[in-house]
Amino acid sequence: MGRTRYFYLQLGFTLLVCAFLILPVLMSIVAGLTENFFIGVRSGLTLRWIGVVWELYAPTIFRSMYIALATLAVTLVLGVPTAYVLAKRPGLVTRMIEEFLVLPVAIPGLAIALALILTYGGFRDFRTSWMFILVGHVLYTLPFMVRSVLAVLSSFDFRILEESAASLGAGFWRRFFGIVVPNARSGIVAGALTVVTLSIGEFNLTWMLHTPETMTLPVGLADSYASMRLEIGSAYTLVFFVMIIPLLIALQRYGTQRVKKARHA
Amino acid sequence: MRRRENRALFVMVVPAIAVGAAFFLLPLARLAVVGATGPLGPQAYLAVVTSPRYLEALLSTLVLSAAVTATTLVIAGIAGVFLERSRFLGREALLSMLTLPLAFPGVVIGFMVIMLAGRTGLVGELTALLGGGRLVFAYSMAGLFTGYLYFSIPRVILTIMAAAEKLDPALEEAAKSLGAGPWRVVRDVILPALAPALIASGAICFATSMGAFGTAFTLATDIKVLPIVIYTEFTLLANIAMAAALSIVLGAITWATLAASRAVAGATAAAAG
Amino acid sequence: MSTPGSGTAIRLVDCAKTFPNGTRALERTTLEMKSGETVVFLGPSGCGKTTLLRVIAGLESPDPGGRVFFDDEDVTALPIERRNVGMVFQSYALFPNMNVEENIAYGLKVHGVPPARRAQRVDEMLQMMQIGELRERRITQLSGGQRQRVALARAIAVQPRVLLLDEPLTALDALLRERLRIELDVLLHSLGVTAAYVTHDQGEAMAIGDRVAVMNQGALIQVASPREIYYRPRSRFVADFIGTMNRVQGTVRDGALELPGGRIPWTQGAAGTIEVLFRPNDVRIVAEDEAQLRGKVAQQFFLGDRTRLHVSGVADRMVVVETTEHGEFTPGQDICLRIDPDTLLRLRE
Repeated sequence: MGRTRYFYLQLGFTLLVCAFLILPVLMSIVAGLTENFFIGVRSGLTLRWIGVVWELYAPTIFRSMYIALATLAVTLVLGVPTAYVLAKRPGLVTRMIEEFLVLPVAIPGLAIALALILTYGGFRDFRTSWMFILVGHVLYTLPFMVRSVLAVLSSFDFRILEESAASLGAGFWRRFFGIVVPNARSGIVAGALTVVTLSIGEFNLTWMLHTPETMTLPVGLADSYASMRLEIGSAYTLVFFVMIIPLLIALQRYGTQRVKKARHA
Repeated sequence: MRRRENRALFVMVVPAIAVGAAFFLLPLARLAVVGATGPLGPQAYLAVVTSPRYLEALLSTLVLSAAVTATTLVIAGIAGVFLERSRFLGREALLSMLTLPLAFPGVVIGFMVIMLAGRTGLVGELTALLGGGRLVFAYSMAGLFTGYLYFSIPRVILTIMAAAEKLDPALEEAAKSLGAGPWRVVRDVILPALAPALIASGAICFATSMGAFGTAFTLATDIKVLPIVIYTEFTLLANIAMAAALSIVLGAITWATLAASRAVAGATAAAAG
Repeated sequence: MSTPGSGTAIRLVDCAKTFPNGTRALERTTLEMKSGETVVFLGPSGCGKTTLLRVIAGLESPDPGGRVFFDDEDVTALPIERRNVGMVFQSYALFPNMNVEENIAYGLKVHGVPPARRAQRVDEMLQMMQIGELRERRITQLSGGQRQRVALARAIAVQPRVLLLDEPLTALDALLRERLRIELDVLLHSLGVTAAYVTHDQGEAMAIGDRVAVMNQGALIQVASPREIYYRPRSRFVADFIGTMNRVQGTVRDGALELPGGRIPWTQGAAGTIEVLFRPNDVRIVAEDEAQLRGKVAQQFFLGDRTRLHVSGVADRMVVVETTEHGEFTPGQDICLRIDPDTLLRLRE
């Protein structure tokens, strides 16, 4: 089929949409590196705003990172076995569990945060620690991990691999760690990337759950947008982009790889 | 043998269930109870429709979410199907750029809207250049709408592309062989085939817009969407019971939307989102 | 390596299997398999043959009252991982996260065999299956036939005394199947292992089995040698299921069986109208002077290795005759047939 008029129309349309999404990103990157945004690039490029961001907000950056890693660890330990059980015993109970799994994503973060504060806000030490935020993040990201692993487990017959491992003498746990988990790797990795990405970027829950001592990167961003000059907010956003874009690229690459692999299995 | 295995499986799933019960179900239950035990009692739940302030918030949120959903489906539908089917230089890059905003928190998106349509925004620059004065709409409903579009389009595009991949070209060829022009093919073949994906991603888009907080928070508009009202009730007005009741109502609406779409379009389509 | 005759004798006593959803997959079955014997379970889909295999394997427990014995040991309560069986699945179930070498070594590793001995055994298996060059390959790079050999190597590496094969050749194309069928037969006998083999392919069953167990609707219908099954089926189901069987009505009178097309000497007693069965290849095409039955060729099918004729006028219905002779036949042509009365069968039901 040749390139018809429709092709160029659609291409143009898609490019417009792309511009809509990307131009502000580019603008903010430039703004974060410009001496004075109102004057524009003519005022010179500089890294000093990034330096200011580091001075003011370095703890938030680290905090977001270790909360993301902690969230990942917890969702791996909770989520992978859960997905396995759901895949192994499809039935009424597992369908109900799946319904419940959707809830943290279906219900607004604000509501979940409120519920957590009302229930556990009284425990001072817990309320003011980063673990309180961790709980929120785990609740929000666990369904994604479970779903991702469940999807890969549904794409190949893992039961028969378990049976053949059993016929060779392998017991339950050996089968789980030696056969099921390695073969579910693509789903686990995709889930892991998703969890880390979502955790670093989580705001709705975290804004309600945070305290001045437990600010994360997005919370810091809100703070800087409200109270700092545009260049600092932009520089801070730039730092966020630097953290998140590699993850998104990895997620895209790994996501499609899974599809390709599933076609061969 | 199966019984022994069932025991091991139970052990595997207990931690997740315990965490879910303790940190999710229990707090939600408490939220519902708190919502019903404030100065208005259980009537607080009806306040969302009886009180003009809350009703207005609910309606504007509903209308906004519906408008965003409709627009997103059209935009992402066109772009998504196009991208799935065409191969050209730079396609991969274009795709990456379109799905980038997926991970942006609402605050960043609010900031992006300011970049586009704020006082020193791109749109303002363009309109000023064209002689029409600076167009600034970041802090109005239009700005909110733009922001919501911003986070919805990437998500829906991915779902549409996944569904478009499964379209059977033979059906379109059959329609064309029978004389259908491009618009007819879209209407009679493509749209029905994409319907489950459109419904599922539309529901997700709607639910996400209903519950979105960060974007509205950053844009600090006068437009009071429901999540902002809940926030104000809780933090500024210390109206905890009302905040709780409104949260439950909001949660119920979003959950019901998703449940309905799952029933209509099938669970697999929704899971892909 | 196992020596011939060193396999485990398997005994099933009153084993039935009802699934949680109510399906009765296996009726109360009692069966003995001798050490080193290959028993092929044959039957249509849903006949229970795979369920039976899985009960022997330990992947399913029989309903209460059923017992499984390996030699004198009651293994009913033992799960598969403790029964020491070798199992080959229809889809081979090779582990995608390991290469060929690691797959074959897996059972040995699980059993704690030291690395040196493991490597040695893997070498033996690679050589036995003639797949030495595939050692490092990943599973996804193997063809169907290669996967089958790896699956076999993996099952045999642990020196099981019982080998269970669930339609191992079904996933392969016809030509490959023929070739591997022979190799499998030779392998099973040289290993001396007791083998339970499930298939729906009759030719395979006859070729491989020392005994064939024909099953239908969860029950064993007949367990006997292939020849016995073919020439002396003991029930209508077996007669119809295995190959083609002619079934005709005739009248016994004066020491002969009278059919519309002629008479055949009859010495099996009985009188009056009876039904007899016979195989198409037990009918000989003869010249006029030797004829017992006369008829007309209605249709002829050249099948390559034999010719199949549908002959009318001989019996109350069309008689199928198969011959390996080179002659050509034309529809409408007269034909003379002769049947050895010893090959005629009468069935109780």
